[in-house]
Amino acid sequence: MTLSPVVRHLLRYLALAYIVILVIVPVGLILWRTFTPGVGAFVASITTPAALSALQLSLLVVAIVVPLNVLFGVPTALVLARNRFRGKSALQAVIDLPFAVSPVVVGVALILLWGSAGLFGFVENNLGFKIIFGFPGIVLASIFVTVPFVIREVEPVLHEIGTDQEEAASTLGSQWWQTFWRVTLPSIRWGLTYGVVLTIARTLGEFGAVIMVSSNLPGTSQTLTLLVADRYSRGAEYGAYAVSTLLMTVAVIVLIVQVVLDARRSRASKQV
Amino acid sequence: MTATVEPNPEATRPELTDNGEGGRAPRLLGGRYGTTSLRVGAASIWLSVIVLLPLAAILWQSAGGGWDAFWLAVTSNAAVESFRVTLTISAGVTLVNVVFGLLVAWVLTRDDFPGKRLVDSVIDLPFALPTIVASLVMLALYGPNSPVDLHLQHTKWGVGVALLFVTLPFVVRSVQPVLLELDRETEEAAASLGANNRTIFTQVILPALLPSLLSGAGLAFSRAIGEFGSVVLIGGAVPGETEVSSQWIRTLIENDDRTGAAAISIVLLVISFVVLFILRAIGSRAAKREELAP
Repeated sequence: MTLSPVVRHLLRYLALAYIVILVIVPVGLILWRTFTPGVGAFVASITTPAALSALQLSLLVVAIVVPLNVLFGVPTALVLARNRFRGKSALQAVIDLPFAVSPVVVGVALILLWGSAGLFGFVENNLGFKIIFGFPGIVLASIFVTVPFVIREVEPVLHEIGTDQEEAASTLGSQWWQTFWRVTLPSIRWGLTYGVVLTIARTLGEFGAVIMVSSNLPGTSQTLTLLVADRYSRGAEYGAYAVSTLLMTVAVIVLIVQVVLDARRSRASKQV
Repeated sequence: MTATVEPNPEATRPELTDNGEGGRAPRLLGGRYGTTSLRVGAASIWLSVIVLLPLAAILWQSAGGGWDAFWLAVTSNAAVESFRVTLTISAGVTLVNVVFGLLVAWVLTRDDFPGKRLVDSVIDLPFALPTIVASLVMLALYGPNSPVDLHLQHTKWGVGVALLFVTLPFVVRSVQPVLLELDRETEEAAASLGANNRTIFTQVILPALLPSLLSGAGLAFSRAIGEFGSVVLIGGAVPGETEVSSQWIRTLIENDDRTGAAAISIVLLVISFVVLFILRAIGSRAAKREELAP
């Protein structure tokens, strides 16, 4: 289908106008408002005690969520890519479930399971281990929404590389952990990297699920995203913009990693 | 492309049985990462504790209240209003997404201009951006201090714009690869037989894109009905106007109406699942048709 130059240009500028109005202008406006008062004001706004403790808390959640997702995600991806077993499609469906569940519903689910009046309320009532409206709740909510990332990025890579090299390593007498460490892990490292990057970004950025299970107290249970909402609703607009810019930086890093990995991948497929 | 040479280990290695017995499998795979059943068990327990048990707790809470409580919660005035707001705005957003998503995907695959790659990566920005930041980004342009004097805070248009922002990538990203792989010879054949652009588009291109277009639309719709972070600040929960179901759920939890919150959650979950189930059915039908074609 060949379009006349007029139509082609019309379509092009219509599409570009849509993206510019919907995405680029608003995002640019935030950046502009953040940096108009100067970099000093921006730095001051993200280094207040409340902001620093929110940053610390968010990073602590990341430090717990990422290792757990890798530790359970990689073996799950391995078993999905390399083995046949009963209930495999059910397992696949459960892994994609978090994508289909509203963040608020995630929060409700966790409250109804781990809350003091919930199904597992005995953990809080009898064992004295407070989960909901505390730090463990934030971690559980973050893991729920990030479960698919590592598995879904690693599994296709495992399919693609096949098992020849692993079998060769086994035949040459390597132990299973040697094979994993020297053969499997190096070949999945980029998929795993991207999965981890997505997990970090989503953990730092999750709002709906976290606000449901957090008491939102500055210094103890307020993450960066909660701080943004809190600052905005208290009328401290500039502070909200500044923290948003900080979070946006993470998003841009994700996009850069994605572009770099895509370029790598297409180069690799050209070489073959 | 990589998709065509991708080896399928399940198809080529039938000797790897459940428990890793038979042939040389046990020494190779069974001994390498522990037995299959052990790993399946670990994965299942992990996913159950993290994902399934919490969702089951919603059902358990709702079942504890009984059918009457469930019905009362989902037919209460506020709940029905929230469903109406959520579904109408989501449907509108999905429709706009279909039109502009197709347009953007078309321009990104069939047109060429400087900065195309940059625009292509900008499409993913709404996925990468935290939802609360999306809300703030929209408020910067359409909020009280709007530089263009458009005040959409606390209106359904504001909620709609925020949802358009967060759902932008879905249709674009599902249509784009299909459009890229589309056989242009069919289009040329149609053109040489005298078909004009409109006929080619509606008779040749659109039918080929339809499954991916529908799948993108379904994903966008499913995301829109559950969205919370991006609409919470710009919407402001005006009942019957901007209060979407996810905000109503939050209100119920804050009022300690756990059974009500569970009931509304179930409705949202069911809508999402039905949409995704239909998508999967369409997808597998399209895949089958492709297999039948030579």
